[in-house]
Amino acid sequence: MTAVAENPTTAEAGTGSGISVGVVTFPGTLDDRDAARAVRLAGAEPVNLWHADSTLSGVDAVILPGGFSYGDYLRCGAIAGFAPIMEAVVAAAGAGMPVLGICNGFQILCESHLLPGALIRNDHQHFICRDQDLLVENADTVWTGDYEQGRTIRIPLKNGEGGYVATDEVLDELESTNRVVFRYQGPNPNGSLRDIAGITNEAGNVVGLMPHPEHAVEAGFGPEAGGGVDGQGVFSSAVRALVAR
Amino acid sequence: MARVVVEVMPKPEILDPQGKAISGGLTRLGFTGFGEVRQGKRFELEVEGEATEEVLAQAREAAEKLLSNPVIENVVAVRVAEDAS
Repeated sequence: MTAVAENPTTAEAGTGSGISVGVVTFPGTLDDRDAARAVRLAGAEPVNLWHADSTLSGVDAVILPGGFSYGDYLRCGAIAGFAPIMEAVVAAAGAGMPVLGICNGFQILCESHLLPGALIRNDHQHFICRDQDLLVENADTVWTGDYEQGRTIRIPLKNGEGGYVATDEVLDELESTNRVVFRYQGPNPNGSLRDIAGITNEAGNVVGLMPHPEHAVEAGFGPEAGGGVDGQGVFSSAVRALVAR
Repeated sequence: MARVVVEVMPKPEILDPQGKAISGGLTRLGFTGFGEVRQGKRFELEVEGEATEEVLAQAREAAEKLLSNPVIENVVAVRVAEDAS
């Protein structure tokens, strides 16, 4: 996808785009290191942000990574949604900054009302961890511009509470306005309504998804199908969009 | 010291996988008299001083803003705890 991704060693050494992407760590976040690495491999500079920070340190985009923020107490993402840094994230998202929520980050985006709906426990009651096929339904968001519309990608999925729910009115609106970004292919892994795996806001700068693109950015580490790098496009899309701004 | 009790339940139309698991457990243990089970949450908020109408109003606001998610849950009760413990 990106030139740098073919040569991770070079990509790690240089982040020539001049773009910086904040990766927020909450207590209980797990995938911040992987998200930061995916950012670096896409040619941008990852910046570690802390949940108690009140500013975004001048970054050009923000990623809320996966994990179990605040132990998933109360509801997944509920306490994190009111963390000090989220005030800055919500304000920046409103001003057009690219914001990506992966897994627990998606739950946080829903709890902080940057995205509609909510995530509930998987309908089959089990934690699921598998390579998941997704249909890229909207290649017009800041985070999906490098993908070909209608393409199927395979990236890891791992969650206990990944069932996307919203009212019929909200689901209809998401579909009629092309805001379903990723849809599950094959058997529905968690009971998500209408097989929804990821959505975007009206402006297309905020995207949330349950599967993990940051775990599929290096050959040999991601799913075998697709060379294991189908997740690269998420990060390269944002970098490309920000360079072009 | 007064306490305000807040009760939150998953919306009837939302699938409750936890309740489903509990229902299966009841059947396995031989409790056959029960059908569907739904699991909710009970919060106890300690109040500094009297549980006035103003305090209750605050508790209702907290229940809507943090203790429940209106997309998937209903606040079914906000009341002053009767037992003084």
